[in-house]
Amino acid sequence: MTAVLEAEGLGKRYGRRWALSDCTLSIPAGHVVGLVGPNGAGKSTLLNLAVGLLAPTGGSISVLGSRPAIDAAQLGRVGFVAQDPPTYSGLSVADHLKLGAHTNPTWDDELATSRVKRLGLDPSQKAGKLSGGQRAQLALTLAIAKRPEFLVLDEPVASLDPLARREFLQILMETVAEHQVSVVLSSHLVADIERVCDYLIVLVSSRVQLTGEIEDLLATHHRLIGPRCDPSSLPENQHVIEESHSERQSTLLVRSDGPIVDPAWTIESLSLEDLVLAYMGQGRSFDADLRSQENE
Amino acid sequence: MIWLAWRQFRAQAYVAAGVLIAVAIAFLLTGPQLVHSYDTIVLTCRAHGDCSPVLASFLARDHLLRDLALAVILVPALVGIFWGAPLVAREMENGTFRMAWTQSVTRSRWIAIKLGVVATAVMAAAGLFSLMITWWSSPFDTINSDPFSVFDLRDIVPVGYAAFAFALGVTMGVLIRRTIPAMVATLVAFTAIRVAFTEWVRPRLMSPLHYTGAFLLNQNGPNEVPGKGQVRDWVVSSLILNKKGVAIGSNGGIGPNGEINFQPGAHGGTTLVGVGTCPTTIPPPTSTGVSSGPAPLNVQRAVQKCLNSFHLKEVLTYQPASHYWTLQWYEMAIFIVFAVVLAGFSWYWVRRRLS
Repeated sequence: MTAVLEAEGLGKRYGRRWALSDCTLSIPAGHVVGLVGPNGAGKSTLLNLAVGLLAPTGGSISVLGSRPAIDAAQLGRVGFVAQDPPTYSGLSVADHLKLGAHTNPTWDDELATSRVKRLGLDPSQKAGKLSGGQRAQLALTLAIAKRPEFLVLDEPVASLDPLARREFLQILMETVAEHQVSVVLSSHLVADIERVCDYLIVLVSSRVQLTGEIEDLLATHHRLIGPRCDPSSLPENQHVIEESHSERQSTLLVRSDGPIVDPAWTIESLSLEDLVLAYMGQGRSFDADLRSQENE
Repeated sequence: MIWLAWRQFRAQAYVAAGVLIAVAIAFLLTGPQLVHSYDTIVLTCRAHGDCSPVLASFLARDHLLRDLALAVILVPALVGIFWGAPLVAREMENGTFRMAWTQSVTRSRWIAIKLGVVATAVMAAAGLFSLMITWWSSPFDTINSDPFSVFDLRDIVPVGYAAFAFALGVTMGVLIRRTIPAMVATLVAFTAIRVAFTEWVRPRLMSPLHYTGAFLLNQNGPNEVPGKGQVRDWVVSSLILNKKGVAIGSNGGIGPNGEINFQPGAHGGTTLVGVGTCPTTIPPPTSTGVSSGPAPLNVQRAVQKCLNSFHLKEVLTYQPASHYWTLQWYEMAIFIVFAVVLAGFSWYWVRRRLS
């Protein structure tokens, strides 16, 4: 498995505050990767580092085998749609396409114009007068028409209404299918991730809590409900992620490498949201432990 | 990338071109006539002796356009505020740098081309504007015959100021990252640097000449170098020394008021304030300031006689008119160097330090 993005011990500090610290992760090629995590987990910082808008304070990051934004060729291989996608409000839609054509040698003008036509955008319309959804679509068009190998989207739909969000993700999926581009998409909405992604990374406080293909993750995680028991009595290939106990009953969220054979358990499958929330919670409590240790 | 730099600058360039064309039309409509009346009226009258009333009426012409020509002093500041400061600051403020810097153009190329395109326009516009004003004002300037009084407004220095103001604006924008504060900072810094330069650096750009002579009552204003009869020189400082060589006044006056004041003495004589008692009484009016109109001839003679009795000396430090062009070139070159340094700094900052 080749990686489009590899980070090791990556950190970014603003003044005395670390926005991302000691982050080590790898994003595989050929997937649509969903990057989820609570606010402040460092998702946006990580993606801005990946496209070279930020320079790391520590550690290293390599994208498509070289340092981000090292030269024009590297910039051309990576497409980026920023959070709350910025556009030049004084420039028209057509001007934005010209901007793309003049600044990218790999520009696919046919793709860009046909997409704009399909989106129903008026080429003479100033970008400042477009709706949020249209602006996001325009930014995505620019990012796609440069024909990147790797597309980075930083919460592109966070500010959009549900309909615009669905349309945006729809177009994104079509593009991915058509051009075989690797994608990483950050969001704090699991529903969006579920709709388009086939690979998941859960990031909490700069740490990767969970990574893998969504299908595999869902196949190996279960909720077990049964008579109250001690979780340490479970077989070795079952790891407890989350547990809750009532007087007579235990509910465990476990990752299991093999089938669960114990007939005492009622086995329920998990939604992606349950899974993400469980790992986020685990990351938080891990974080809290660290903090209390530091205080002692 | 040049396309993008031009596209973003286009509207501002059109405004500047419109202003330049309007000024050019106004000057072309009035300029030839001005030169013609100068050649006929002023030169003819000069050939026949005293012509101060003719000159006065000539200098009263085209007041509106001459005031407009003073606007050349504002051009560099406007360029710095409206072209320089927003160049990068607006991209940072609106987040559009995220789009600009993720196309297949490196940041260093992006900022270099933006700086290059706009700086070229800035210098061309300032140069053209100054050229037109210098040409149009030449009849007035010849009559005023004091080139240093319009040093900042003529010839080549406005190009240096404009380039510097632009680079200063970009630098402020890069450092502050917000448009309005960067504009304010640009205005403040530019004004301060220009004033400081004019006040302290320009007089020392070339070693000034010195003149020492008897202190004569100066009737032609402080710009005259006595005994040489020239008013085209720029007097940087003038000191009045007493017999012992101690400075007792400056700029054609004595004491803190910069004036020459007489007081009726105790025994019917006249005292020159700050110096001593005159050998003879000066007929009234007993006070004559440098700026007041010419006193009656007998009073002038008595005042001069009184001054002479103290053996006062005047020491002038001045830049002669022959230094004008060298000073113009030096000052322009220095501001261009400032501009290049600031542009280089902005380039470095965008490339390495921004976000």
